[in-house]
Amino acid sequence: MDIVIYGIVNSVTLALMALGFTLVYGVCRLPNFAHGSLYVLTGYITWILMNRVGLNYPLSMLGALVITGLIGAAMYQFILVRVRGMAISEIIASYAIGLAILEGLRWGGLKGGTFTLPPFIEGSVDLLGVSVDFQRLIVVAIGLALMALLWLFVTGTKLGLALKGMAQDERAAMTLGIDSDRMAVVSMAMGSVLAGIAALVLLPLGNIVVEAGYNVLIMAVAVCIVGGLGSWTGAILAAFVIGFAQILTIVLVGAHFQVVVALVAIIVTLILRPSGLFGQQKELEERV
Amino acid sequence: MSHEPLLTVDNISKSFGGVAALSAVSLDIYRGDILGIIGPNGSGKTTLVNTITGFVKADQGRVVFKGQDITNWKPHKIADVGLTRTFQVMRPYFSLPAYKNLIIPLFSPRARRTGGWRGGGKTGSRDTVAVDILEEIGFERDSYVPYKVASSLPTGYLKRLELARCLSLRPELVICDEVFSGLSMSEMASMVPLMEKLQMEGITLIMVEHRLRELFRIANRLVVLNFGCKIAEGTSEDVMEHKEVKEAYFGSEEVFGYV
Amino acid sequence: MVSEKKDRRKERLDRGIKVRTDGVYAVSSWLEMSYLLAPRLIFILGLLALPVLLYHLPYWQRVLSIICIYALLAIGFDFLANYVGLVSLGGGFYIGVGAYIAALLNTKLGLPPFVTIPAATFLGAAICTLLFLPCLPLRGVYFAIVSLMFPLLAARVIEAFDIFGGTDGILGVDGFGAAWMEQYLLLISVLVVVFVLRRLVDEDVGLVFRGVKDNDQAVKASGINITTYKALGVCIASALGCLGGACLAHSYMWAGISQFALDFSIIPIAATVVGGGGTLIGPVLGCLILVPISELLRDFGTLRIAVYAIILTGFIVFKSEGIMVYATRKYEQLERWVQI
Repeated sequence: MDIVIYGIVNSVTLALMALGFTLVYGVCRLPNFAHGSLYVLTGYITWILMNRVGLNYPLSMLGALVITGLIGAAMYQFILVRVRGMAISEIIASYAIGLAILEGLRWGGLKGGTFTLPPFIEGSVDLLGVSVDFQRLIVVAIGLALMALLWLFVTGTKLGLALKGMAQDERAAMTLGIDSDRMAVVSMAMGSVLAGIAALVLLPLGNIVVEAGYNVLIMAVAVCIVGGLGSWTGAILAAFVIGFAQILTIVLVGAHFQVVVALVAIIVTLILRPSGLFGQQKELEERV
Repeated sequence: MSHEPLLTVDNISKSFGGVAALSAVSLDIYRGDILGIIGPNGSGKTTLVNTITGFVKADQGRVVFKGQDITNWKPHKIADVGLTRTFQVMRPYFSLPAYKNLIIPLFSPRARRTGGWRGGGKTGSRDTVAVDILEEIGFERDSYVPYKVASSLPTGYLKRLELARCLSLRPELVICDEVFSGLSMSEMASMVPLMEKLQMEGITLIMVEHRLRELFRIANRLVVLNFGCKIAEGTSEDVMEHKEVKEAYFGSEEVFGYV
Repeated sequence: MVSEKKDRRKERLDRGIKVRTDGVYAVSSWLEMSYLLAPRLIFILGLLALPVLLYHLPYWQRVLSIICIYALLAIGFDFLANYVGLVSLGGGFYIGVGAYIAALLNTKLGLPPFVTIPAATFLGAAICTLLFLPCLPLRGVYFAIVSLMFPLLAARVIEAFDIFGGTDGILGVDGFGAAWMEQYLLLISVLVVVFVLRRLVDEDVGLVFRGVKDNDQAVKASGINITTYKALGVCIASALGCLGGACLAHSYMWAGISQFALDFSIIPIAATVVGGGGTLIGPVLGCLILVPISELLRDFGTLRIAVYAIILTGFIVFKSEGIMVYATRKYEQLERWVQI
């Protein structure tokens, strides 16, 4: 039974990490290698707001989310928009920014002591015979709520539909009057905020460390490749597949094999079904 | 001419999303033919070419070349058995001189098998073969032209370069995607004899074209596509008298009467 | 309204001497020959003279070795990115693979450095190519993602399973006999690699690589299997990296996780962009500039990496062409304002 519970928790965790990345890739075809760094950055800003500026927890969280969203938007508006379309430069630029933020934090912000964010509710509860932290339950709750909200947003609101249109066919969307650059800024801001939300919910389970940024990036990328770059249903499904696979590995084989699961998942996907579970992106060059 | 078709396209269908680009298109071509494929814009001509040559996966149907089922083969494998194509949007290797553009195809396994030189990879021989092919195709050998960078060549030469790229593989069938488009009258005047020369050398041609007058002179059969369906087939006279063809190009039969 | 400043434009012409030295006419006079030879001789002789100049500065001799190792990686990156069309974001992976193979061959099998280094180069190249094989038929972005992940995952796998020495690494690797042996080995490797690759990309197989980058549709339509050539390109670049890694292991007499580090991923990219991509010499130049600065800034820890990343972004965004490209342009062409 604990496999099921922990499996669900792990899967939703992975899904949370991957949502922001998959949104940005789906709309802009831009792999946001700075995803992990935005994750850690949000946690760090929250900590600063709480402990240096003296705001209370909820306000710090809100402030951090806003700031991260703005940083993501600025990243696109000032840097990435200039290299849009040149695949090599886009990749290098987003990688460099992510690296700059993470290593800058490693040197300047997160050194000397441990940084933690307190859990929302302390303690744990007994669920069907398995002891689960409240925080982890909150992770699942918020994760599922977020997925539902995003689905509503994309199918219901004008902005959401515009993003969806851009994801399907940028040129067609542009002919309908959707400004692709503005949509890209919006999607990067949203992607950053999603990374931030994931951070705020997950970081209380541990410390704020720079390594977490790289881990998040690895897992987000793994989930997105297995699920299909740009597909949300795919990402969520893949998150569950990988999530349960990891838990099963820990139980059946050994805790330290966890890392290998992501690697194996990626390689197997690339060999067997490169476009991923629900991939809509053509994985091969099909321009003629 | 043998009785077995060189290439058979059997009920090929392809949809992109909700749009049916090709619906059950079938055609045959025999060795030594020049088949013209015509049709208004958007009728699926280039999609048909892409499907035959493996750049696009067909949803349904088969393509049989020399008795082998090549449906959904990878493009380089299809070129390897002797079916080559030119590209409508020409992209030579712009930064390279013209003859170096040809050295690249000479690296393919087929060129190594059928080329006039015994593999081995010595650039000297590849250079010579490349310049020879260019001479066949109409580049003046003793001038500077084969050595000019591809980006500085005019359209006529670039079209010939595309054809040369196909010829370096010693193909049996070449699909020419709009080789006549964008040419001036004088360039046209030398292009048509080139096509005939290729036919005389035993190469079968499929020509997808918009410029009908020149095409009618050399093609011995035509296929007309409209909205992804084949609407007519036959010689040029048969096809142009066909009601649907006239409607496809001109909108209605009555207009044709005024032309 | 067009701005009034635009009544002139810049015109670029090849310099007279450049035109005169194109092709076989180059040997017609001493001036022309020296125009062609001078930059190349300065580069080659300058590099070869460095160990001699630094004879009394052992710290900087070590830095020279490091420069060469980074240069090998940077050349590999430039080759892959600008001549084959694949962006390799994790150079550290090649270094780590090469280093570990060399270290293992040396400590477990007792093979001396002049055997382990070539062995590590070829074996490492084979392993890296095999690992990248699944993503080669796919779009370029997949290669970038996978290349980013491999060093990170490798470090974690080694740490988690505590194999190959775990977090401590493999100790007791033999060093080179003498310092100068190490340096000249590296320098000559760099020079040979640059020479060979520059020749390669203009003739023969190199042309096919460029074709794959420029226009893979045409290459496919010419009957060539693109994946084979991409694999070959990855093989070459990873061989360079593994060579560097093997030398690194013997130079430091140690192989460990930190060799998968980000330094090895970001500096080659930064060196290529700063030095001039697409020239295969630019990356070497970039390393000659960036690596000493990096060593001087060692005290600042990982801030170096952040700074390099920012410089890199700046260069990419403002589409700076890099030192080598700029210098070549100035050397070969003159610019002047022309009235419209």
